[in-house]
Amino acid sequence: MGLQAYLTLAAIVFCIGLFGVITRRNTISILLGIELMLNSVNINLVAFSRFSGDVTGMVFAVFTICITVTEAALGLAIVILLFRVRRTVTADQLDLLKG
Amino acid sequence: MPETLIFYALSGFAIGASAMVIGQRNPMYSVMMLIASFGALAGLYVQLDAPFVAVAQIIIYAGAIMVLFLFVVMLLNAPKEDGSEWDRSHPLRQPAVVRLGGLLASLLVVQLGWALLSARGLGGGVAAFGDAETVSSVRVLGRVLFSEYVFAFEATSILILVAMVGAVVLARREGEGS
Repeated sequence: MGLQAYLTLAAIVFCIGLFGVITRRNTISILLGIELMLNSVNINLVAFSRFSGDVTGMVFAVFTICITVTEAALGLAIVILLFRVRRTVTADQLDLLKG
Repeated sequence: MPETLIFYALSGFAIGASAMVIGQRNPMYSVMMLIASFGALAGLYVQLDAPFVAVAQIIIYAGAIMVLFLFVVMLLNAPKEDGSEWDRSHPLRQPAVVRLGGLLASLLVVQLGWALLSARGLGGGVAAFGDAETVSSVRVLGRVLFSEYVFAFEATSILILVAMVGAVVLARREGEGS
């Protein structure tokens, strides 16, 4: 398959993840959408690396995976903290900063 | 061509599972579908001659992150999102917003179609296949990782340490310890 096929797949997955981040109201579901978006970036990195014959893209894909681990761990810790304080994980009800 | 068939099967599976992640109301099913999507993407990485990234994807994403997500979903006893969340009063459901979103989506479809058509179909590659031996080798990957990008590697390790400490501090119960 050519490079465009992989780029198209990555664009579709990114759009699905973005749609989820915008429309879902559960904080955990929003984090899942962010994971999908990060994965589509990984597809792009690996595809460009493969089709240009340069290993740099794969190195950055590994870095992306590592960063995603920290993002998920911290995000879930914040979700647990929010649930402990507000007894809810629905993003619309988390308006503590609203004056 | 078996490779084309495998690509279409895996990418279709990945897109379907990703759509199910967003479509499910129950967060538990969403996480399960995300694991399936990651598995299909790992198969695509194998097709792209990137076995190391594929294995890292399976071990780290499906093995670690998704277990963490499942743990939190069960810990919080996360409720199913009820139907009222799709109500009409939400600011994102106003006609102007919907029209703008539709315009952007159709623009994206037009751009994708133009890009694919001008590139002689899905099968035609922009560049010829790179040198598979130099790209897919884990030895080359490790050598580049620990020589050229060693600073980024060390910075990432410090970042993970900071994130671990931060997660422990954030999730600690008040009044415990200290």
